[in-house]
Amino acid sequence: MSESSATTSARPRRRVVNLPAHVGPTRASAYVCEAVSCLSMQSHDVLLGLGERVAAAGLTDVEVKRVGCLGLCAAGPLVQIPETGELFAHVVPDNLGGIVEALAAAVPGGERVPEAPFFSRQLRIVTENSGRIDPESLEDYVASGGYQALRTVLSTMTPAEVRDEIARSGLRGRGGAGYPTGLKWNTVAKAIGSPKYVICNADEGDPGAFMDRSVLESDPYRVLEGMAIAAYAVGASIGYVYCRAEYPLAVSRLHKAIQAAGRSNYLGASMLDTEFSFEVDIRQGAGAFVCGEETALIASLEGGRGTPRTRPPYPAVAGLWHQPTLINNVETFANVAPIIRKGGSWFAGLGTATSKGTKVFALAGRVVNTGLIEVPMGTTLREIVFDIGGGIVDGRAFKAVQTGGPSGGCIPSEFLDMGVDYESLIGVGSFMGSGGMIVMDETSCMVDVARYFMDFCREESCGKCVPCRVGTTQLFMLLERITTGEATMDDLAQMERLGHMVQRTSLCGLGQGAPNPIFSTLRYFRDEYVAHIVDRVCPAGVCSIEPAPVST
Amino acid sequence: MTAVPVRTARPVAPTDDRRWRVVESRMRRLGNRPEALIEALHSAQEAFGYIDDDALRFIGESLAIPPSKVFGVVTFYHHFTLKPLGEHACVVCTGTACYINGAREILSAIKAELGVKPHETTADGKLSLLTARCLGACSLAPVAVVDGEVQGRVVPREFVARLEQL
Repeated sequence: MSESSATTSARPRRRVVNLPAHVGPTRASAYVCEAVSCLSMQSHDVLLGLGERVAAAGLTDVEVKRVGCLGLCAAGPLVQIPETGELFAHVVPDNLGGIVEALAAAVPGGERVPEAPFFSRQLRIVTENSGRIDPESLEDYVASGGYQALRTVLSTMTPAEVRDEIARSGLRGRGGAGYPTGLKWNTVAKAIGSPKYVICNADEGDPGAFMDRSVLESDPYRVLEGMAIAAYAVGASIGYVYCRAEYPLAVSRLHKAIQAAGRSNYLGASMLDTEFSFEVDIRQGAGAFVCGEETALIASLEGGRGTPRTRPPYPAVAGLWHQPTLINNVETFANVAPIIRKGGSWFAGLGTATSKGTKVFALAGRVVNTGLIEVPMGTTLREIVFDIGGGIVDGRAFKAVQTGGPSGGCIPSEFLDMGVDYESLIGVGSFMGSGGMIVMDETSCMVDVARYFMDFCREESCGKCVPCRVGTTQLFMLLERITTGEATMDDLAQMERLGHMVQRTSLCGLGQGAPNPIFSTLRYFRDEYVAHIVDRVCPAGVCSIEPAPVST
Repeated sequence: MTAVPVRTARPVAPTDDRRWRVVESRMRRLGNRPEALIEALHSAQEAFGYIDDDALRFIGESLAIPPSKVFGVVTFYHHFTLKPLGEHACVVCTGTACYINGAREILSAIKAELGVKPHETTADGKLSLLTARCLGACSLAPVAVVDGEVQGRVVPREFVARLEQL
């Protein structure tokens, strides 16, 4: 069974065993991260080993618990003792003595975050439960305040009041474009048609982005609760989570969560003894980046090729099976329950004038503390890369940070003190995207990075519209010429003209955004392009350019 | 003009292999409706490792979808493969974080030592080399997956030596 998905995905091979639930008072606990990154570093053996060692040491008041992502994936496998704030990094299953000693000595002083800037600079709303609760335990989720919001909504609020609260919060879509969530919910609510659908877009295709994976693996019930509240607010009765097939652990945790929530009446018919009913099912993607685009996603959900169509009509009016359909991203849904619990005005008080709340970023690339972080909108790139991220590996020089995936851009060091929000990123020629942040140092060639993303777009273009299908291939060939030293300055001008054409005339966001990496690298690193073309050298030493032929 | 298939009896699975029952039950749970196509393809690939012509025909007939559309869908999505893989499979992640941390070097080392490019299988049928867009394990970049087991911070030379011993 499952030979093929095991080959293309990060599926842990061994059978996952659950530890027996801890009974009795707890003096100290060991939280063992079991998200994909730590799991692939054998954190499940750490969990089982710790369980045995704690039992052998007779520590009956110590709980060993599986939790979701602790964030600092670079240092995995991670174990945390929340009572003291101690965090153990790079834990190996054969050497757990230190943790057991710390557990034996731990004096409870209430939960506090470890003092390292990586943790203290963060503000956790979406990831508030990540690394604290067992992602496969509904009881744990409920004990940490889960489903309070849904209960409030179903028992005391009208759908219009829910939509007003979301609108008041100023929440904007976390999938990348930043469309106001309240506005979208109102459009779906007012659209005529029945049934209506709610779709959670978990087709996190941007390379270098793993926020949605982490949320689904660490706190799946939160996403389901957000979807249920949304369904009530817009009058929908059926929901789908469209999740990448590359995330088998997320799919399996979500599947278990749907079943457990259904059994406890948090999903299904007559939820929480009200008249409201909402069913959720999972549909797996099949490795097509374009399916992150909402109309392509719908085509794929309908069982066909994932090709986008022109909008309008927007899915809010005519979506799945031409019915009114609400599509939001995982992180957007994950924000819903806290907004209901604490109020829209609370949320609106966080962040910047136009971008409210927090944003989860996947910090990766040439940075010390790679992992998952959540910061208020408006946090500067310098804080993210240097304070939280711990700076560049090997003490090298910062060159750029790439945001927004293949539709985004590279932001150079002169903007390090810029606060990050939707508008500021667009202002410097990049894009929020879903939240991937790839830090680059002097070992990265910016022309090669542009070539890399164009190669990606060229392969992922669905082929429906000509500007994208042909344009991305031609742009890629021009970039190939530059990186192999065969281009002329005319090619550069041609590439810019073509880029503008592809941007203006493509059908969907894939093509419209595809030239962005070229434009942003040209804007800030034009000298590198010129060096490749005129001097025939790659300043970063990445591209292999044949030396210029000696003229005779 | 669109032909409406007239269904006389339920299509019969190509062989009496028990794995077809998994595929059939997945389709049945989704009402044997055309929109179950991608889910059905997933379950066939999970069961058999790849999707062959018989599987395509059977799924198409079961869901009342013409073969042309089934073929269009199966070839649209990168996840599906129409060829059986080798005995072992190695997936090299080529996401951005892995790319700037040396995924290219891994691929060229494999090419140099084992003579396979992505989407190829070694002549002895031992190893298939695949690439992935992004496995979401960017903190461990560069990442490769060998037979389902994730390997983080891959060093090309050591990694190829391990592949040779499979």
